[in-house]
Amino acid sequence: MTESKLQTADKPSRTPFQESWRILRRNRLAMAGMVFFIAFFLLALAGVIVTQEWDLRRGAVMDPTTIRLADKLKPPMTRCSESDVPATDRPLFGVYLLGTDSLGRDVLSRMLQGAWVSLTVGFVAVGLSVAIGIFLGGLAGYFGRWVDTIIMRFVDIMLCIPRFFLILTVLALWGGGIFKIMLVVGITSWMGTTRFVRAEFLSLRRQDFVTAARALGLSDLRIIFRHMLPNALAPVLVSATIGIAGTILLEAGLSFLGFGVPEPHATWGKILDDGRKYLFDAPWLTFTPGFAILIVVLSFNLFGEGLRDAFNPKLRERGA
Amino acid sequence: MGGTGKLLDVRDIRVTFRSSDGPPARAVEGVSFALDAGETLAIVGESGCGKSVTGLALMRLIPSPPGIIETGQAILEGTDLLTLPEHQMRDIRGGKIAMIFQEPMTSLNPVFKVGHQIAEAIHVHQDISKEDARTRVIDLLGRVQIPSPAERFESYPHQLSGGMRQRVMIAMALACNSRVLIADEPTTALDVTIQAQILELLEGLRDQTGMGLILITHDLAVVAGTANRVAVMYAGRIVEQSPVAELFAKPLHPYTRGLLKSIPSRNVGQAKLPVIPGTVPEASNKPAACHFHPRCPYARDICRQEVPELRKLSPGRLTRCWALGDWLDEE
Repeated sequence: MTESKLQTADKPSRTPFQESWRILRRNRLAMAGMVFFIAFFLLALAGVIVTQEWDLRRGAVMDPTTIRLADKLKPPMTRCSESDVPATDRPLFGVYLLGTDSLGRDVLSRMLQGAWVSLTVGFVAVGLSVAIGIFLGGLAGYFGRWVDTIIMRFVDIMLCIPRFFLILTVLALWGGGIFKIMLVVGITSWMGTTRFVRAEFLSLRRQDFVTAARALGLSDLRIIFRHMLPNALAPVLVSATIGIAGTILLEAGLSFLGFGVPEPHATWGKILDDGRKYLFDAPWLTFTPGFAILIVVLSFNLFGEGLRDAFNPKLRERGA
Repeated sequence: MGGTGKLLDVRDIRVTFRSSDGPPARAVEGVSFALDAGETLAIVGESGCGKSVTGLALMRLIPSPPGIIETGQAILEGTDLLTLPEHQMRDIRGGKIAMIFQEPMTSLNPVFKVGHQIAEAIHVHQDISKEDARTRVIDLLGRVQIPSPAERFESYPHQLSGGMRQRVMIAMALACNSRVLIADEPTTALDVTIQAQILELLEGLRDQTGMGLILITHDLAVVAGTANRVAVMYAGRIVEQSPVAELFAKPLHPYTRGLLKSIPSRNVGQAKLPVIPGTVPEASNKPAACHFHPRCPYARDICRQEVPELRKLSPGRLTRCWALGDWLDEE
């Protein structure tokens, strides 16, 4: 055989992931979004550490539940009045960085505690909805025919139900709680992902590597989840990022309406709701959580849209 | 050739694609052939004549709906592939019978390393440890003559050239020592020098393993160089079957004659390449009786009225034409 003539000049080309990363890096808004995304993640993580009561005698580093009636409705950067507040109740460094609320609770520590709630609600609920969406969308797109018809009509039915009111009803009947919110939001928001994944699978199904995989004797489930799914993940990732932003907003809305996480746990929506009564006397109570929600939702959306552009092969051609 | 212990015996396969608007497309109408171990059978014909559908039917990979295999048997070492339950067929696919496709560019999954894709083919059919599978894969990559196979194990498909990818596809098909390999236009997407290498490789592997090779192609040069026997297909039927040398020496069916005449020769100066007038009919709208009669220079009344049988002229030579012997050679 002609071994000497074998082709060895293979292109040292980039993987699709590297290519997308290159495009994403040039998108400044998306990169800013990503930085905030990561910062928010770290902040929430730090928040759960400092607001947790690790040691009963010493209490949390920053206790969001400490009530100091002497120091109520203090504006940001106020020093703690040392004569009226016992030493154990004083905030970190003796300063209320973001002020206090109507019960004299430190807004900063409440914000930090709430960040973790927003983060987990966003990730868990979206994770759940993405899992359902991938599973149903994959089945519908791969098998087609009656499987597709049943799943997609079910999607249509689910989309007819006004989600916010369904969630309100469920929470009103069964009571609030962070896990119930995650569950209910997850179960009511998988329809978009299902449609995305189905559309991707419809086009992937006709591709040669799927036929080739079947020709190797691979089972249907293995082809769907190991071979086709990784190729369909880009739009799912994009919609998940934007979905997290939507969920954070939704959770804040629910808390604002009093259907969120029960007291004394703080969430951004609830801080906002508490501050509503003092809108003119203590505007920092509404401004702080409102601004935080704005920044987080905006950065997630920008990051998600940047991802979408980076994964879009048409833009890639123009960019390269 | 011929012999008794046939490896694969295909009898009267019919494949139809139903359509909601318009008549059903009869893509394959009663194809029969046999394949011996260590033999290459080429299936030749123009695009759209049912070659690939025949190959897919043997793998039971006809997209269904709209396609269905209406009748037929494909007996591989005593088992009829076409009546097996799907889960048993899955074991056969990639195990006893494997297939490679025309487009090596798209036949590999872009997100996995090629080594893992070959290893997966082994894991599906055999209970084997990861390390053993890896050793086997590197060995296979060496057998399909990929340089530095251990490094190539870690390559992604986009890092390989077309020829290399087709080698990887062949390695996957060989992973479980298939008895029959269906190669559907394996070299069409490759440039000519790589074509020769791939065909040589397939031939060498066929001789080493004693597998039967079904080579689906429209390229008669490929046929002449590689095949032992040839089946010429036209509009869903085999119109001629013959050992390769005899086919090129004395084609019997008018369609085969037309095909052979329209091979571009290297003689410059020949004014115009002879062509077969007309085009392959659509599978849903074929002429009655002999499907070739509208394009056939020898067509007579009987060709428009009755389907000719596939008749045996001499050992190994079959043709489906009313004209054989009689008026064909007079002209």
